[in-house]
Amino acid sequence: MGSLILSTTARFLMPLLLLFSIFLLLRGHNKPGGGFVGGLVAATAFSLYAVAYDTNAARRVMRVDPHTMIGTGLLVAIASGALSLIAGQPFMTGQWGSFHIRGFGELYLGTPLVFDIGVYLVVLGVALLDVFSLAEEKS
Amino acid sequence: MNVVLAVVIGGLYATGLYMMMRRSIVKLIIGLALLSHAANLLIFTAGGLTRARPPLIPEGANVPPAPFADPLPQALILTAIVISFGVLAFALVLIHRAYGTVGTDDLDEMKATDT
Amino acid sequence: MRVLLVLPILIPLSTAAVSLVFWRRRSVQRWMGMAGTSGLLAASVWLFEAVRREGIQATQVGNWSAPFGITFVADLFSAIMVVLTGLMGLAVAVYSLGSVDRRRESFGYYPLLQILLMGVCGAFLTGDLFNLYVWFEVMLISSFVLLALGGERGQLEGAIKYVTLNLLSSAVFLAAVGLLYGLAGTLNMADLAIKLRAVEQTGLVTTLAMMFLITFGVKAAVFPLFFWLPASYHTPPFAVSAIFAGLLTKVGVYALIRVFTLLFVVDVGYTHTLILVIAGLTMITGVLGAVAQNEFRRVLSFQVISSVGFMVMGLALFTPLALAGSVFYMLQDIVVKTNLFLVSGVAHRLCGTSELKEQGGLYATYPAFALLFLIPALSLAGIPPLSGFFAKLALVQAGLAAQSYMIVFVALAVSLLTLLSMTKIWNEAFWKPQPPESLPAATQTAMRAAAVSKRKGLGTLIVPIAILAALTVCISLAAGPVFALATVAAEQLLDPAGYIRAVEGGMTQ
Repeated sequence: MGSLILSTTARFLMPLLLLFSIFLLLRGHNKPGGGFVGGLVAATAFSLYAVAYDTNAARRVMRVDPHTMIGTGLLVAIASGALSLIAGQPFMTGQWGSFHIRGFGELYLGTPLVFDIGVYLVVLGVALLDVFSLAEEKS
Repeated sequence: MNVVLAVVIGGLYATGLYMMMRRSIVKLIIGLALLSHAANLLIFTAGGLTRARPPLIPEGANVPPAPFADPLPQALILTAIVISFGVLAFALVLIHRAYGTVGTDDLDEMKATDT
Repeated sequence: MRVLLVLPILIPLSTAAVSLVFWRRRSVQRWMGMAGTSGLLAASVWLFEAVRREGIQATQVGNWSAPFGITFVADLFSAIMVVLTGLMGLAVAVYSLGSVDRRRESFGYYPLLQILLMGVCGAFLTGDLFNLYVWFEVMLISSFVLLALGGERGQLEGAIKYVTLNLLSSAVFLAAVGLLYGLAGTLNMADLAIKLRAVEQTGLVTTLAMMFLITFGVKAAVFPLFFWLPASYHTPPFAVSAIFAGLLTKVGVYALIRVFTLLFVVDVGYTHTLILVIAGLTMITGVLGAVAQNEFRRVLSFQVISSVGFMVMGLALFTPLALAGSVFYMLQDIVVKTNLFLVSGVAHRLCGTSELKEQGGLYATYPAFALLFLIPALSLAGIPPLSGFFAKLALVQAGLAAQSYMIVFVALAVSLLTLLSMTKIWNEAFWKPQPPESLPAATQTAMRAAAVSKRKGLGTLIVPIAILAALTVCISLAAGPVFALATVAAEQLLDPAGYIRAVEGGMTQ
């Protein structure tokens, strides 16, 4: 706590790590990566911030309570799976669609990505909940 | 390779169980972690070892060429690792709290619930 | 119909998710708990109706066909269990409103209860062994937290024992699953049922069967593996121990019945004889523990173990009548056990203690409440017009038909001792006058004042108890039709062809 080098580095590293976590999340669509590892990397970013400053500061930067994040993530994941129920297929059947964006080309998207976003939020929330509660218990 | 892994798994089980039978709750947690590693390696070995044959489908084919590593045991292990990560995180918090409340890490002292 | 199979999992999960979003709003969480369990009950009854009318239902999650994807299957047995899960969930959710303290509520008691119910339903409905492992872990993690929530000394010590032994059994489960995959190359239960019957090295299959017997035996709390149960069940809040006692060991028994009817029937002479011995020893040790204890919930905890012996006995005898007896026993025992633990909570609140020696006078002050205790207690002991009697009757008849006189003798003796332990509770807590000398006068007046204030929220505690007692009476009155239902469930269990066909039908869809 209070190390100038660490706190400065943390400020620069955090956006980088968060960007990288989103990159991992999107990359998981077709290649190694995905919501789980992306969520862990994002959790690292906030944990680093919590180590450099303190957990209250990290909670402020996050703006959202970890519990709310877990709940939202679960709801997103459930919604992605339940979409196929509406289409009359078994739960969690992937729904795919192709979108054309001008100047960009075809974008092939499906519910697995939505599911991954849910996983990302849940993992981020759970990991931070663990880290925060262990860190706050000590002090 | 099978023999080496079998010895490793056996060693992990033995150490894990030995640690669990110690009186300290910290060693209990270490023992549990070792046990779950042993079980994961066991799945890995029992699922069949195929070296250097990833289950990739070449261009133009529908199935990967014949001897390929079974990806399913690895998926099982991944799930089991995530679960044991969650459980161990909880167990760690639990023994920390228990240590704070009971004031000792000796399992023999924790007999308030037995008669 | 496919929706129905996932609803018992989706409803608690969504409820828990919404409760987590409203983390700081306790009132929202309380209402969500009620709404979620009511929804679960409605969905489970719907599923049960569908299974009863149209036979075994199956769905493939993610539309991946059967041996590769995860299958959810509901035969009559699992449908009955899911309905009871919904019922007990609702009863305990109502009971929690008046009994769980504010601190536990703000640490997520209601979402955890939902996750626990989800795990239980998932374990009942899955048709895949590895998926069963995952549901067990879901159930265990939420039960660990529910057990330790509150952080009292007894709770933490009980939780350590509970966690250690259950994790040990999970490690064995995982190893057994891995070895089974190595042997058969599949983990889908219907597919395994076909492949295991064709395996030539029956010795290996029996070894695996023993590993599953140990792991599910720990969860079900059978004879040499039950020590975690009496060490932990009397420590958490009463609502929590009620749902644990009602459902968790039954999931273990369910898993035992499932794998030992569907998968491991290669060497019945060996495996099921062993199970029979275990069943007898479980009954005896359980009931002896119950007779020896002097605290309300400890007596009941040992009774949980003793009842597990009866359920496993039906599996061990392995005849249609015996299995029907097991199913019927489970069905009525879930109601009875949950109810008895809920009663013990009210008794604790009225007397200010759970030690039987210090309790007393409940019959004089609350005769109607005493009746509510008597219904489940006498049913547990197997007194004739009540449901427990019919369950034991079926098991005893099956034992006589199979000429296993030893187990019949044990079962009858254990029933007598069960009656003895229930009479002890009746004598101590209800019949004898409240011991005045046991407490200093100042505490007594304080307690009396507290008792008046405590009587306020008593309604939410009594209503679920009364409903469960009424349910026990209903099961007793309608014993014929309910037993017919259990017989159909048992026939489905003994004829795996229907189960396999349902799952394979899902493959072609």
